[in-house]
Amino acid sequence: MKNWSHDGQWTAWMQAAMAGDAAAYRLFLAAVTPYLRTIVRSRCRSWSALDGEIEDIVQEVLLAVHLKRGTWDPSRPVGPWIAAIARNKLIDALRRRGRQISVPIEDVVETLRAEEQDDRPMTHEVNNLLAKLKENQREIVRSISIDGASVRDTADRLKMSEGAVRVALHRALQTLASLYRSQVS
Amino acid sequence: MRTDELIRLLAQDAAPRWRFRPLYLAAVLAGIVIVAIVFFSTIGFRADISSAMESVRFVFKFVVTISLAISAGSVALALGQPGIRSGRLFAILLLPLLLLAWAVDAELFVLPQNIWAARMIGSNYAECLTILPLFSAGPLACLLFALRQGAPEKPGLAGAIAGLAASGIGATFYAANCTDDSPLFVALWYPMAIAIVTTVGYLIGRSALKW
Repeated sequence: MKNWSHDGQWTAWMQAAMAGDAAAYRLFLAAVTPYLRTIVRSRCRSWSALDGEIEDIVQEVLLAVHLKRGTWDPSRPVGPWIAAIARNKLIDALRRRGRQISVPIEDVVETLRAEEQDDRPMTHEVNNLLAKLKENQREIVRSISIDGASVRDTADRLKMSEGAVRVALHRALQTLASLYRSQVS
Repeated sequence: MRTDELIRLLAQDAAPRWRFRPLYLAAVLAGIVIVAIVFFSTIGFRADISSAMESVRFVFKFVVTISLAISAGSVALALGQPGIRSGRLFAILLLPLLLLAWAVDAELFVLPQNIWAARMIGSNYAECLTILPLFSAGPLACLLFALRQGAPEKPGLAGAIAGLAASGIGATFYAANCTDDSPLFVALWYPMAIAIVTTVGYLIGRSALKW
């Protein structure tokens, strides 16, 4: 039922996103998330992970998808690219949790076809990492993600230029990714 | 932070500033420019370059080194992008090896046996083992920088292949100065110099190319 036919839509959204369409990008990320969640959940079944832990890994994958989207070739379907990123980050996340496993790409692709499940538990890992960001980066992240403000509103409120907010946001996301990497738990 | 909040955040950071492929190609170009500058401001062409150009042995050195640079460069490009199956692509790395093996075979056929050893040892091996890796350092730095913007699934392997590609570039310039043209010399000393660069690429890549 759910299968790679989605991939056409995902690819179209991602192509628009690469051209700067933020709305298409948001649709793309929102559509991909349930599939990532299914992948992570199926790989974590062997060690009764909490929903929060699963969501932590989903968020780490999303962040990697975001920061590495320049490596996607818009002339190719986006599905295999996402699957490769997810596999890679999943291996990292599980290794960090002390579990050496290998995730065959076929498994990831197979799971992408699976049913989606939707629930949104709170996550802990990302909150701990957010606490390590610089004050103004954290402020910007909170403003946009939790308060739902736009970049412009955030810029007005913090008396910064829009460009400066965008730069700080991008830096914050890069820092988050490197914090995930360096984290030993 | 809930996942939908993270998505809202990511969407606000919409347009990417770079794409990996053009960035990588620019890095290759930058690497070539760097060695070219170093080459012409230090050792330059060998003195007898115009007569050397007519020698098949001299010209064939470039067939080998350029094919190494192009094949390893293409593999490294693929390795930087997730979801591209690079397995079959690795076969093109055999191309410079086969070309060199064929040249060695021809050389052994043409030369009398008593000068094989002398041609193989040559006279510039110390330069080959030092200058070639030094020339490769600039391109290696450029390639590793580009791959850092990529997402190599195997960081050590990507670094090693970048080392191969960089030494292909470095060797191309070094070969224009070196007066040892016999494929026997190339087959003995070049791989040693290239191995140094490849090892350095592997060691740096293993940690620096994680993402």
